[in-house]
Amino acid sequence: MTQTADTPGLAPVRHVLENGIVAIAQETSFSPAVTISVAVRAGSVCEPDTRVGLAAFLGRVLDRGTRQRSAAEIAEALDDHGVVLRVATNRHVQTVSCTCLTEDFGTMLSLVAEIVREPDFPADEVEKRRAEMMTSIRQDLDNPAVRAFQALQTLLYGSDHPYGRPPKGTIESVERFTRQELIQLHDRTFAPSRTAIVIVGDVGPDSALEQVSRVFGGWTGGAGTDHAVPAAPPLQARREVRIDMPEKSQSDVAYGFVTINRLDPAYYAYWMMNNILGQFGLGGRLGENIRERQGMAYYAFSAFDPSLGPGPLIIRAGVDPRNVDRAVAAIDTEVSALGTDGPTDREMAETRQYLVGSIPRMLETNPDIAGFLQSAEFFGLGLDHDRRLPEYIRAVTIDQVRAAANAVLHPDRAALAIAGPAA
Amino acid sequence: MLSPGAVSTLGSTRTVTLDNGLKVLIQEVHTAPLVSVWCWYRVGSGDERPGLTGVSHWVEHMNFKGTRNIPRDEMKGIVERFGGTWNGYTWIDQTTYLETAGKDALDTLLFIEAERMASGLYEPEECESERTVIISELQGGENDPDQLLDTEVTATAFRQHPYRHPTIGWLDDLRSMSRDDLYGYYRSHYTPDNATLVVVGAVNADDVLRRAGKHFGRIPSGPALTRRRPAEPAQIGERRVTIEREGTTAYLKIAWHAPAATDPDFFPMLVLDAALTGAKGTNIWASYRGAPPQRRSRLYVALVERGLASMVSGALLPTADPFLYNISLTAMQGVQLGALEAATLEAIESVRRDGLTPEELSRAKRQLKARLVFEIDSVTNLAHQLGYFETTVGDGFFGALRPSVEAVTAEQVAEVARRRLGRETKTVGWYQPVQR
Repeated sequence: MTQTADTPGLAPVRHVLENGIVAIAQETSFSPAVTISVAVRAGSVCEPDTRVGLAAFLGRVLDRGTRQRSAAEIAEALDDHGVVLRVATNRHVQTVSCTCLTEDFGTMLSLVAEIVREPDFPADEVEKRRAEMMTSIRQDLDNPAVRAFQALQTLLYGSDHPYGRPPKGTIESVERFTRQELIQLHDRTFAPSRTAIVIVGDVGPDSALEQVSRVFGGWTGGAGTDHAVPAAPPLQARREVRIDMPEKSQSDVAYGFVTINRLDPAYYAYWMMNNILGQFGLGGRLGENIRERQGMAYYAFSAFDPSLGPGPLIIRAGVDPRNVDRAVAAIDTEVSALGTDGPTDREMAETRQYLVGSIPRMLETNPDIAGFLQSAEFFGLGLDHDRRLPEYIRAVTIDQVRAAANAVLHPDRAALAIAGPAA
Repeated sequence: MLSPGAVSTLGSTRTVTLDNGLKVLIQEVHTAPLVSVWCWYRVGSGDERPGLTGVSHWVEHMNFKGTRNIPRDEMKGIVERFGGTWNGYTWIDQTTYLETAGKDALDTLLFIEAERMASGLYEPEECESERTVIISELQGGENDPDQLLDTEVTATAFRQHPYRHPTIGWLDDLRSMSRDDLYGYYRSHYTPDNATLVVVGAVNADDVLRRAGKHFGRIPSGPALTRRRPAEPAQIGERRVTIEREGTTAYLKIAWHAPAATDPDFFPMLVLDAALTGAKGTNIWASYRGAPPQRRSRLYVALVERGLASMVSGALLPTADPFLYNISLTAMQGVQLGALEAATLEAIESVRRDGLTPEELSRAKRQLKARLVFEIDSVTNLAHQLGYFETTVGDGFFGALRPSVEAVTAEQVAEVARRRLGRETKTVGWYQPVQR
């Protein structure tokens, strides 16, 4: 069934293939295009502790050659149809996705299946992408925003925790990766039982699922193992690191806490707390203080990113190097105020109304819908999650949001990383 | 009108001009309970004079800081009440404001845009507070080597035309501009006859028109505005700029003067760019930012596949006056910028000499056909495209995109490559990292 203005809400069809693949199809009619999203539970938590960045590197080489096709042949197949294939690696999942014209759907789905099932990691491609990855890591070293963010993750989780390690690895780790390690990681983590496929667009669900079944149905393979996320105890004292980058114009501030995992019953309370702190309008209370009242920054906001393990709540701001201390003081003030007193009734009402109202907009494009359905499947939230979301949001009380804020928002236990020129 | 087959389920656009000159474009799309409202002004950094660079963008910022009937403290929260998002941007030819929200927000969104057009407050202390926000925005951009180089290359490529200065403005102008500069600029450019209102979504077109009349009808039209931009003299010799900064990575940028959107060279150049660096399409707001399909493109094969660069991109956008065609590269570690520049120019020379192969031509067109569909994948993006072309180029251009791409011939592409990508008419920028 297609979503329309009069029947808001998704109506996806879900089917489990015999080999364990979960296939989900949602028809939309906005334009003659289809988004294909294949998510495999093979993210960076699956890489050996001694091979930091291997999962991200696998993502870079995955689509550069299969047992049937060379990198050049894959490139031709994609470019001839105007299709960009993306492989995104996050903490828990590798997602291979693309958007194509409806008329190219069958061709592209077959290509995606081949790439996911039978990558060959050709030796010359491994070398080319290795050099690119190393350039990309060096570019990050020149980027104050990335430096501050990564330093904060390490302060929060420690450099041995999978959430604390640099996702792309380091120059030293990437230098050592071998083709054999990529093959092994793929064999160990890419399996039908670990895979969810979402098709969204101008194709009927029956046809979409039939085609998925045709190209992925014959895939067999081990069950793989899920990787437990190690504990990440919250900090007991404030920790701070400063990275000197003298020739930059602006300093980046990253400030945060370890919070809860996505399946924690308090999730919706934390979500609302984060919206009030650093999202609503132009960056919530933080944006109001730092940008609107003090004119100190073009951006100041917070982001809440829980997953299977306890995720971070991170505050970011880009400020004049001379204003770093003032900006940090403003963050401390807002964190402390919300942590101590909780939100106001008005903030609760506004945030509730905003989050409920924004659901159709979160599902505006095919890639938006595919991402939403993948996330709902990954966390087991249900096929009708978009329809149930309003009741979850409405059920959150002001006391629950205050409790969430009380639990984490303590400036004396914050981690803080600043990258930029000294004042 | 969209070309048949390009977008099967979208209807046609209704265009009406109110008595005060406000042009209203409406398209009903009933696929989701959303409405996207954009209000476009035909003013951008290309309309600024020396000393006031950045005024268009600063005015855009001020137009979120309160109006006669919407105090600043209430600006935040109005659109959010409908689950909506709001934003705005300024570029060389245009300034625009948007909201996408639940369809019930329509009347409120039109009210906000009418207030923004006629009743901005420009409180002096708000102007001051925004001055430092914008300087922070500028400094954040300077942290990015590519953006820094882009600013310098653009300023070097132009001598006369106001496209030469960055949209955000030069720092000294941002420090010295006054509240009256801002307010005066606002009053002279924010008039209904210099604007286009675009509404796309789950609406009824008659209802939109009635409400647009209610909110905007009483705003008087302004004195006729004529764009007076000095023409850029022809470039007769290569220009170069080198930036040295502490860092790890080298960047190269090569720019040539591009055709304006209405120039017959524009579509052959668009196809040429697709063959050189992969098709981006034309949506600066959304799809243009994502990576293009480019693994078989000339420059990707010649430079990235050969290990000279880790990234290549090309940029050609539809603009009112001739802007720039840019090629940007990130050098691979150990590759000297001189060697990368030579290899890039060699690849360009081979297209100038021999043109594209038939396969390259058909691939480039097929990519553009797909991108023209992908770039209007939501009510927000469709509304952007309708307003962008209406404001920067004028009537009829948007509907003609696909047939214009289809009509491009191999000879036209080879000819524009020869004529426009000359060695003497280019501007080259190097970003050279140094260890201190």
